[in-house]
Amino acid sequence: MFKKLVTGAAFALALVPAASFAAGGEGHIEDFAFSFEGPFGTYDQNQLQRGLQVFTEVCSACHGLKQVPIRTLADKSGPGLPEDQVRAYAADNFEVFDEALDDFRPATPVDHFPANTALGAPDLSLMAKSRAGFHGPYGLGLNQLFKGMGGAEYIASLLTGYTGETKVEAGTTFYENTAFSGGWISMAPPMSDEQVEFIDGHENDLHSLSKDVSAFLMWTAEPKMMARKQAGFVGVLFLTVLSVLLYLTNKRLWAPHKGKKTS
Amino acid sequence: MAGIPHDHYEPKTGGEKWLNSRLPIVGLIYDTIMIPTPKNLNWWWIWGIVLAFCLVLQIVTGIVLVMHYTPHVDLAFASVEHIMRNVNGGYMIRYMHANGASLFFVAVYIHIFRGLFYGSYKAPREITWIIGMLIYLAMMGTAFMGYVLPWGQMSFWGATVITGLFGAIPFIGEPIQTWLLGGPAVDNATLNRFFSLHYLLPFVIAGLVILHIWAFHTTGNNNPTGVEVRRGSKEEAKKDTLPFWPYFVIKDFLGLAVVLLVFWAIVGFMPNYLGHPDNYIEANPLQTPAHIVPEWYFLPFYAILRAFTSEVWVVQIASFVTGGIIDAKFFGVLAMFGAIAVMALAPWLDTSRVRSGRYRPQFKWWFLLLVIDFFALMWLGAMPAEEPYASFSLIASAYWFGYFLVILPLLGVIEKPEAIPATIEEDFDAHYGKKSEATPAE
Repeated sequence: MFKKLVTGAAFALALVPAASFAAGGEGHIEDFAFSFEGPFGTYDQNQLQRGLQVFTEVCSACHGLKQVPIRTLADKSGPGLPEDQVRAYAADNFEVFDEALDDFRPATPVDHFPANTALGAPDLSLMAKSRAGFHGPYGLGLNQLFKGMGGAEYIASLLTGYTGETKVEAGTTFYENTAFSGGWISMAPPMSDEQVEFIDGHENDLHSLSKDVSAFLMWTAEPKMMARKQAGFVGVLFLTVLSVLLYLTNKRLWAPHKGKKTS
Repeated sequence: MAGIPHDHYEPKTGGEKWLNSRLPIVGLIYDTIMIPTPKNLNWWWIWGIVLAFCLVLQIVTGIVLVMHYTPHVDLAFASVEHIMRNVNGGYMIRYMHANGASLFFVAVYIHIFRGLFYGSYKAPREITWIIGMLIYLAMMGTAFMGYVLPWGQMSFWGATVITGLFGAIPFIGEPIQTWLLGGPAVDNATLNRFFSLHYLLPFVIAGLVILHIWAFHTTGNNNPTGVEVRRGSKEEAKKDTLPFWPYFVIKDFLGLAVVLLVFWAIVGFMPNYLGHPDNYIEANPLQTPAHIVPEWYFLPFYAILRAFTSEVWVVQIASFVTGGIIDAKFFGVLAMFGAIAVMALAPWLDTSRVRSGRYRPQFKWWFLLLVIDFFALMWLGAMPAEEPYASFSLIASAYWFGYFLVILPLLGVIEKPEAIPATIEEDFDAHYGKKSEATPAE
């Protein structure tokens, strides 16, 4: 019994996470269902393209994506836009400062999305990984196993979390938000129902716009997620086979030295 | 090399003799991998191989990462994103390296607690134990400096808090802190030297690992009974042991494969589980994160560091006696390093003449409590510094010191150990049956 207790404790060690500092004042994170959750979850390419449109028409007014190269919009595991569209998108939407020209020029696919620091808005490249959506249960963060890291849920919850209340403090207006830590955020509600029109007539109420742009920001934060999960799956399969073979080898190797187990 | 009598390498051909009389490297390798190993080693003995694998994994992935990383405050964060987005397979290499640190610490903690339970630290293996503790300290230094390199918020603020510990040393603390940081605060000079040392220390660890292996190859492995291998003759020794190759290599590889299965699932499916979201925000000296929490493997000792506040009577006495030189902050630092020091002194604090915890009826329960205490401290280290966590931390810290300083010395005197088997062979046969009774293989 003692042995079992110690074994159990040792294996529990592998499960103690670091993300266990849930303190007071945390906002409420709604559990949005995303296609990329779980070990086999993948990005929904149509959703990423809609999210890109929402980002371009709404978020990019204040926020940058400075870590993301525009060319990656053509990635098959990402939005998967045709290359000519990526080129047109870059040129139509962004200008970058070119040191060789000492002037601004239209962006090309090799450029990154520009940084946008005009209003002190945080860069969104890694937002979906820099916010923990789920701490539970008991601050152990085990929810992550089933629901993913939760950053995308955080963004969607934030965008849909405005209550309509405002307050003014030291000349700054704050907006009440149920998802934001502390409850009051200085970002005005950025989106409303039907603010973005999709060419295929996809639903565009606030809830689904928020979900689409959150999925897009999960992709900007973790563009190689699908390749990573694939490598994970192949590796787990391979190691399972290797473990079985080693188990059999080990058993046979030791057999001549062991009698029948008596205790 | 080994104290256990066994067959040694004999050069046969002319070429072998030629080499052997000039550089006896083949003999050294032969003696190392054919070392007689107690045949009753259980599965708790696989973690040494896992640790050796971790060291190689971290060095190999680390060297590749360095090819693409830039140690500069303006470029470090972006260069890590470059690895994640543009370098072929870079996301896997970085996630393996980051999670590899966690695997390293999971393995080292199990390895240490195995040693504590089976009395592996006791004579004649004190040197092995001390070298092991030095490896553990070097690992903590390496992991801490490595965590600073991505230059995220937790990197920066973790570095600020931990180097601040040195500032708590009376009189010379502040100059030491400035010297460590290369300036008044964590900045480019700090990042550069941490990068340099993060690259250096793993090779120091590799050297210590060789000494660690050399030491226990000299004394022979401990084993679950704590009974020494008979060394009267080669025949006698053979009854207690089997050569490391192939018996233990295959067994350890099986253990390693299962451990890696879990590791790979974490890397592939939830690589950020053990990390902090805050470290995906670029370091900003002007904005302190709401909670600065170290990585999980530092949490038990971080809890001890924080447990000794100025309200604790031991701290007040220390402060009074030393005329305020030892304040609460410095006391905490001393306690944290002391917690590791008492563990390193276990060979001399444990007075029991029985080595293995298996035959010590009272020790078992105190040891189990120590394991629980360790997890409790880990959990408390992640909690905010407020009640009731502060009181719990103090109790848990007290037990950690109590185990090594009071319980271990006392148990040797008051405990009545159970009968130990006369030989390793006896224990092995009691468990698996005598070879002669067994059905012959094949």
